[in-house]
Amino acid sequence: MNTLAMLTSTVAGTVDVPDIDDTTSYWRWDFAWEVLPEMLRSFFQVTLLVTVVGTLIAVVLGLALAILIRVLPRPLAWIITWIANFIRMTPIVVQLLVLFYGFVWMEPMTIALLVYGIHYSTYMSEVYRAGIDSVPTGQWEATTALSMPATRVWSRVIIPQALRSTVPSLGNYAISMFKDTPFLIAISVMEMVTTALEIGGFTYRYIETITIAGLIFLVASYLTAVLVNRLEKRLAYQH
Amino acid sequence: MPTNTEHQQTQPVIEFQDVEKRYGNKTVLNDLSFKIERGERVTLIGPSGSGKTTVLRLVMTLEELTGGYVFIDGKPLAYEQRGGKRLPVSKRDQKQLRTRIGMVFQHFNLFPNMTVIENMIEAPVHVLGKSKAEATARAHELLAQVGLPDKADAHPSSLSGGQQQRVAIARALAMDPEILLLDEVTSALDPEVVGDVLQILRDVAATTNVTMLIVTHEMSFARDVSHRVMMLDGGKIIESDDPETIFTKPNNERTQQFLSAVLGND
Repeated sequence: MNTLAMLTSTVAGTVDVPDIDDTTSYWRWDFAWEVLPEMLRSFFQVTLLVTVVGTLIAVVLGLALAILIRVLPRPLAWIITWIANFIRMTPIVVQLLVLFYGFVWMEPMTIALLVYGIHYSTYMSEVYRAGIDSVPTGQWEATTALSMPATRVWSRVIIPQALRSTVPSLGNYAISMFKDTPFLIAISVMEMVTTALEIGGFTYRYIETITIAGLIFLVASYLTAVLVNRLEKRLAYQH
Repeated sequence: MPTNTEHQQTQPVIEFQDVEKRYGNKTVLNDLSFKIERGERVTLIGPSGSGKTTVLRLVMTLEELTGGYVFIDGKPLAYEQRGGKRLPVSKRDQKQLRTRIGMVFQHFNLFPNMTVIENMIEAPVHVLGKSKAEATARAHELLAQVGLPDKADAHPSSLSGGQQQRVAIARALAMDPEILLLDEVTSALDPEVVGDVLQILRDVAATTNVTMLIVTHEMSFARDVSHRVMMLDGGKIIESDDPETIFTKPNNERTQQFLSAVLGND
């Protein structure tokens, strides 16, 4: 990948070369400070992008799957269920590799967004399913008694009530997706941890970069959790 | 006791013809046939498990009709006879008939994510095609009628059980139903608010011509509002008569036993 070449030149150009020979200090603040922008750049350009777009795909597709499985006739619902099960029960790395080597014309970044989005949609559809199941039978019966059309039943009654119990779990999957992004190394997409390892490869200093990667993950996950919490409060209504 | 002379010659609003309802191999209703005339108010009584609620749920299409036919205004609701076969009615036709039927449930079943007014205008706007303004005006009118004029913007969770049930009644009435099904509407309420809810239903009975099919354990209410009381036992109607006769001199021994049990031997 040319990202790699770009990174090599950037790192070589910015990192203070004489310091590389320093193998005695365990932690060098000046070095940590120096590599931070590069780490943040790969975080925003890859890790965050894949997670945000992947989550958006997963949230929408997951809901669509959950509804389709519920409303489609048996055989079709069964087929969709098994495709979803297959995707959920195979490792994300394998899925990345299959697309990477099987569809060489696809941009690695496109593969990344598709795989993370679709893989997690199968998890999220299970969460939605549980949420939909948690809506009391009486609510469905009231919609029948009022002759509400299916679209209104779903959009105004079932989904709003189902979402209430699903938002925390959906948030957890978003965080989980963050932490799955290092697998992108398998298809040579330079996300943050790969960047950390690359810098380490040139400078023989790993502690700073890996620690920074961990801290960025921590902050990002924490902020996501806060965001999800806010969303949950906004969606809540007194029962 | 009300009289029902003005609606004799017309087609029945509800007709059950040889209705059978099974869950697996358990038969709940068996060979059930009856007619209810326009504007008639009929109460179903009987021991628990006698199939009273099942009758209401079949009219509301909340249960699959496993045998026989149900007609609303003479039109088949769930199954019809075509070419000597018993075939399901199209969803479209069923839906059309269903909009004429309203139901009030034991557990209210208001939508907790909507305000009172949103609960009430949802179906009038999106099913009957009324304008939002028209539906809202009518909803306020009905809320006043059930004694909750200031609760339009409240959420159901902030209301007491009795208030929620009054909203549920108003929500059902907002659809201008020809038939109103009342399924043990006071069973989940605190004793002190039961009277209020029943009074509202008495008013509805007195001021409208809506056909009512009622399942209740409130025998004095049944006696006051019904034109007719049907006693169900083991999935069959064992006695059907005006409330005066049923409550004072029932013919059937099972009816006598049941009434003396629920009324207490006074």
